Amino acid sequence: MNTDTADEQDESGIATWIVEVFVALCLFVLGAVVAYNSWKLGAGWRDDGPGAGYFPFYIGLLICTASAIVGVRGMRSGSRVDKVFVTHSQLRLVLTVLLPSLAFVAAVQVVGIYVGSLLFIAGFMVWVGKYHWAKSVAIAFAVMAIAFLMFEVWFKVPLFKGALDPLRFLGY
Amino acid sequence: MTEFASLFHGFAVVLTPFNLMLMMVGIVLGVLIGVLPGLGGANGVAILLPLTFSMPPTSAIILLSCIYWGALFGGAITSVLFNIPGEPWSVATTFDGYPMAQQGRAGEALTAAFTSSFIGAFFAVLMITFLAPLVARFALQFGPPEFFSVYLLTFCSFVGMGKGSPMKILASMMLGFALAAVGMDTVTGQLRLTFGLPDLMRGFDFLIAVIGLFGIGEILLSMEEGLKFSGSSARINTRIVLETWKKLPKYWMTSIRSTLIGCWMGITPGGATPASFMSYGMAKKMSPRGANFGKGEIEGVVAPETAAHAAGTSALLPMLALGIPGSPTAAVLLGGLLIWGLQPGPLLFVEKPDFVWGLIASMYLGNVAGLIIVLTSVPLFASILRVPFAIIAPIIIAICAIGAYTVHSAMLDIWFMLGFGVVGYVFKKLDYPLAPLVLAVVLGDRAEDSFRQSMLLSQGDLTILWSNWLVGSITTLALLLLAWPFIGRGLQMVKAVALRAESRASTTHDQRG
Repeated sequence: MNTDTADEQDESGIATWIVEVFVALCLFVLGAVVAYNSWKLGAGWRDDGPGAGYFPFYIGLLICTASAIVGVRGMRSGSRVDKVFVTHSQLRLVLTVLLPSLAFVAAVQVVGIYVGSLLFIAGFMVWVGKYHWAKSVAIAFAVMAIAFLMFEVWFKVPLFKGALDPLRFLGY
Repeated sequence: MTEFASLFHGFAVVLTPFNLMLMMVGIVLGVLIGVLPGLGGANGVAILLPLTFSMPPTSAIILLSCIYWGALFGGAITSVLFNIPGEPWSVATTFDGYPMAQQGRAGEALTAAFTSSFIGAFFAVLMITFLAPLVARFALQFGPPEFFSVYLLTFCSFVGMGKGSPMKILASMMLGFALAAVGMDTVTGQLRLTFGLPDLMRGFDFLIAVIGLFGIGEILLSMEEGLKFSGSSARINTRIVLETWKKLPKYWMTSIRSTLIGCWMGITPGGATPASFMSYGMAKKMSPRGANFGKGEIEGVVAPETAAHAAGTSALLPMLALGIPGSPTAAVLLGGLLIWGLQPGPLLFVEKPDFVWGLIASMYLGNVAGLIIVLTSVPLFASILRVPFAIIAPIIIAICAIGAYTVHSAMLDIWFMLGFGVVGYVFKKLDYPLAPLVLAVVLGDRAEDSFRQSMLLSQGDLTILWSNWLVGSITTLALLLLAWPFIGRGLQMVKAVALRAESRASTTHDQRG
C-alpha cells in the first residue's frame, strides 16, 4: 500500500502545458509592455532619423507574436498530452536549493558576501547534507578563505562586506 | 605567407613565463569548471572575467580562452566515467564512452576522447590562422548595412538550423534583444524601459544573464534529477595511451568528417552541441560497425568529441574577424574585449596584431598543454566528482553570486542572477534555447546601431539591405534560413504528395501490367 501511494505521489505534478501557457502569457505581457513603452518613446521616424523606440517596438511585437503562437499551441495540445513538467518530489528537491538561495541572496545584501556565503555553505551542508556542524563550518571557512585570497589579495577586486565587516582588522 | 610571420610573432608574445603560467592555470581551472555541474565554459569564463580587468589584454584573453579549452576537455571526463555530461556538447560522448568505461576500457575511451578533441581543435585553429585574416580583410569594406545583414544572418541561422520549435527560438532571441534595449539609448541618450528605476539605467549586463541562466539554472536542473554520482575509476598509463593511439588512425575518415561538421557549425552559430550530435549520427550511419554504436564503440567517442572541439574552437573565428561571436562562450570573450578597451571587429587585426596573433598562438599551445594535462591528471579530476552534491551546490551558488557581484559591484545584480537562474531552469525544461537569448543580449545594441545607421543612410528605405550584391546575397541567405523551417515542412508535404502520386501511379501501372 505504502509504495503505491508513494509512486502515485511521484507521478503527479504540474502539467507541462500549464507551465507552457503560463510562460507564453508572461512573455506576451512582457512583449506588450516593451512595445507600448517604445511607442511612447517614439517608435516612428523623427527629423534626425529613427526614434529611440523604433527598434524595440518591433522586438516587442515579435515577442507578442511568437509567444501567442506558442501559447495557443500549448493550449490546443493541452490536456490531451499530459506530460508532467515537474513532479512534486522533484519540485521539493528544487526548492531545497532555491529557497535557501533566496535567503542567501537576501542575507548577503545585509551582512555582506563573506559572512553570507559562509553561513549559506555551512547551513546548507548541515541542513541538506546532514553533516556535523564543525565539519560544515570548517569547509565553508576554507572556501571563503580561498575566495578572500583570490579576490581581495591577489586580484584586488573588493567584495561587498556589509554591515558587519569582520575583516576590518586585516585592513581590507 | 604573412600569416606565418604573424603567427611566429604571436608565439613570441605568448612565450613569456607569466603567460605560460596563466595558460596552465587556465587549463586546470577550465577542466575543473568542465567537471563540476553548474559551472560551464560560458559562466565559468563570465565569473572569472572581472578578475582580469587589471591584466594586460593579451594575458587576460590567454587565461580566459585556456579556461574555455579546459572546459571543452573536462566535459569528456564526466561523460565517460560518470555518464553525466559535464557540458551539453558532451552528451553524445556518453553514448559510447560510458559503456566503454563499464567494460573496463575507461582509459581507452578517455584517451580517444582527449586525442580527438585535440585533433578537432587543432584543425579549427589552423583554419582560423589562415581564414580569419582573409575574412577580416574582406570585412574592412563593410558598412552598416553589411554588418546588419551579417547580424541578421547570425540570428536567422538560429531559427533555420535550430532543432526545436522556431517560435520558441524566436521568442527567446527577442527576449534577449528586449533585455539589451533596457537602459540608456546610445544614439538619442533617452532612457528606455527603465520604468523610472535608476538601477536599470546601466541596462542588463549579459554576464549576469550568463551566470544566472547557465549556472544557477543548471544547479536547479541537476538537483531535480537527484544526482547520485556512481562512477568507474580511470587508470590511464602510457601503455593504454600508446595502444589507443595505434588504433585511432583507422578512423581518419570519421575525424575528417567530424572536423568539417564542427568547423561549419562553429562558424555559423550552430554551436558545439548540435555539431556533436550531428557528427555522432553521421558516423553511426556511415561506419561499417554502425550497429555496434551505443555499446562501446571507440568511433562513437571519436566522432562527437572531434566535432564538439572543432566547433567550440572555430566559434572564435567570426568573433575575431567580424566581432560576431558564434557561441555563448565566444560572446563572453567578446564582452571581455570591450571591457579591456578593445574594439572587436575586422579592424582588430590591423590595430592590435599582438593581441590577435597572441591569442591564435595561445590556441595552439593551449591545446597541446591541455592534452598533456588531462591525460596525466584524470584521476585527480574524477575524484572531485565524488564530493557530495550537498557540499558542491552551495559552494557553486556562492561562487556564482560573487561572480555576479564583481561585474559592476552591484548587489542588485545578485538578485537578477537568481531571477535569470529560475528563467534558465524553466526555459531549459520547456525547450526554449538559451544560446540565442545570450547572443541577442550581447549583440542587441550593436545590431540595433547598425540597423539605425543603415536606415539613416537610406532615409528609412529597407531596400538598402539589397543595395549591392554582397549585402543583398547575405540578406537573402538570412531570410531563406529564417524561412527554412517552413520551406522544410513545405518540401516534406510536396514529397509526401509526390510519393502518394507515385505509389498510385505504380499501382495503376501494376494493375495494367
